[in-house]
Amino acid sequence: MIEFRNVSYKVNGVQVLSDLNLHVARGETLVLLGRSGSGKTTTLKLVNRLLSPSSGKILVHGTPQEEIDVIKLRRGIGYVIQEVGLFPHFNVAKNIGLLPKIEDWPEDRIRARVHEMLQLVGLPQDLAARYPHQLSGGQRQRVGVARALAADPAILLMDEPFGALDPLTRDDVQREFLLLQQRLQKTVVFVTHDLREALRLGSRIALMEAGKLVTILSPAEFLKSSDPWASAYVRAFGDGLESAANRGIS
Amino acid sequence: MNVIRFMLHNRSQVLDLTLEHLWLVGWSTLMAALIGIPLGILIAHRTRLNKPVLAGANIIQTIPSLALFGFLLPVPWLGERVERLAILALTLYALLPIIRNTYDGIRGVDPAVVEAGRGMGLTESQLLFKVELPLAVSGILSGVRIAAVICVGLATIAAAIGAGGLGEFIFRGLAMVDNRVILAGAIPAAVLALLADFGVGWIEKRLRPR
Repeated sequence: MIEFRNVSYKVNGVQVLSDLNLHVARGETLVLLGRSGSGKTTTLKLVNRLLSPSSGKILVHGTPQEEIDVIKLRRGIGYVIQEVGLFPHFNVAKNIGLLPKIEDWPEDRIRARVHEMLQLVGLPQDLAARYPHQLSGGQRQRVGVARALAADPAILLMDEPFGALDPLTRDDVQREFLLLQQRLQKTVVFVTHDLREALRLGSRIALMEAGKLVTILSPAEFLKSSDPWASAYVRAFGDGLESAANRGIS
Repeated sequence: MNVIRFMLHNRSQVLDLTLEHLWLVGWSTLMAALIGIPLGILIAHRTRLNKPVLAGANIIQTIPSLALFGFLLPVPWLGERVERLAILALTLYALLPIIRNTYDGIRGVDPAVVEAGRGMGLTESQLLFKVELPLAVSGILSGVRIAAVICVGLATIAAAIGAGGLGEFIFRGLAMVDNRVILAGAIPAAVLALLADFGVGWIEKRLRPR
């Protein structure tokens, strides 16, 4: 679905990513885990070409990225960021319906889609007329997800989407995400620095450090891994991680 | 009260000069907006250009208005019709607040909103017209508002080169040492400035999202 072949990214002479090889399979949730500056957000932005690699190749749906029109590429990839980035001058319905509208969907189909998306992310329909500043953090994040899914992209990129939420709300949206993912089977690349979140949401975890991919492991393997970076993470997050890995939707 | 009587007595001339004044201000503000807004948008996106453009607009602003009118007088096509010249000079003065506010307005749009828009596949022009401009509109129009008010004031100087406007009364009054005549120019100019401020403010309120 998404493939990185020897991808490096340099900016102003600083090597941000070096020689990254990565394969994301259809329908899986690949979590990019790492600390700030490890290159995980850069990796994400390379997928929808908000950044372009200095060397190497990125394939999306098996096609080299540079052969796909960048606007078309991005419209087929949902993008959710921590700050959400809802358009403050549009109400919820217009935020969610913007891409369908730009893609010239008929008006009634857009309305039905907005309705469907709100339902999907568990928001009441009367929220449609509200503006982003009238929503809570959790609601805003859900609208962000609904907007990203509106044009039914096969791929979803999520950059610490739940990072700014309080623990209880975060727990809720994580559970909702798992339910959603069970139903939709999108190919998801999810960036976080929270091991607990990675274990809970990821089908595989790609651990990154200083612009390099350290290892890719399943949540269960991650906990038992003898890799120094992985075990350092496990130690830093302390007890109770197994339950996070096994908890899933519950 | 003498002033009122003087103005009423010369009402047709007051009206003519006010209209002339309005004409000068209207054209120059319009032209400055037509040049300044696109320029402000451009330098907000091509940040390498922002220093030279803003420096240029700043420098124009420091030229004393009387001197600028004088400088431009010998220029062939311009000098033929002084109104042309006055409108050009006023346009130049009106540029700075418009460029500056457009630049600040666009730069002030939350980068996360722009990134989300770009990431979801908006083209650069969709990003500009659907996101950046609507969010920057009140900043841009407050620039136009300042520009209009500056023009009302500066347009009085245009009378010095014979371009008409309410400055005629002011200069005449100064020469005659007659406060009534000076005020007959100054009061309508002040009213115009207030009206310009109010008028653009009204447009701003209509255009502001929500």
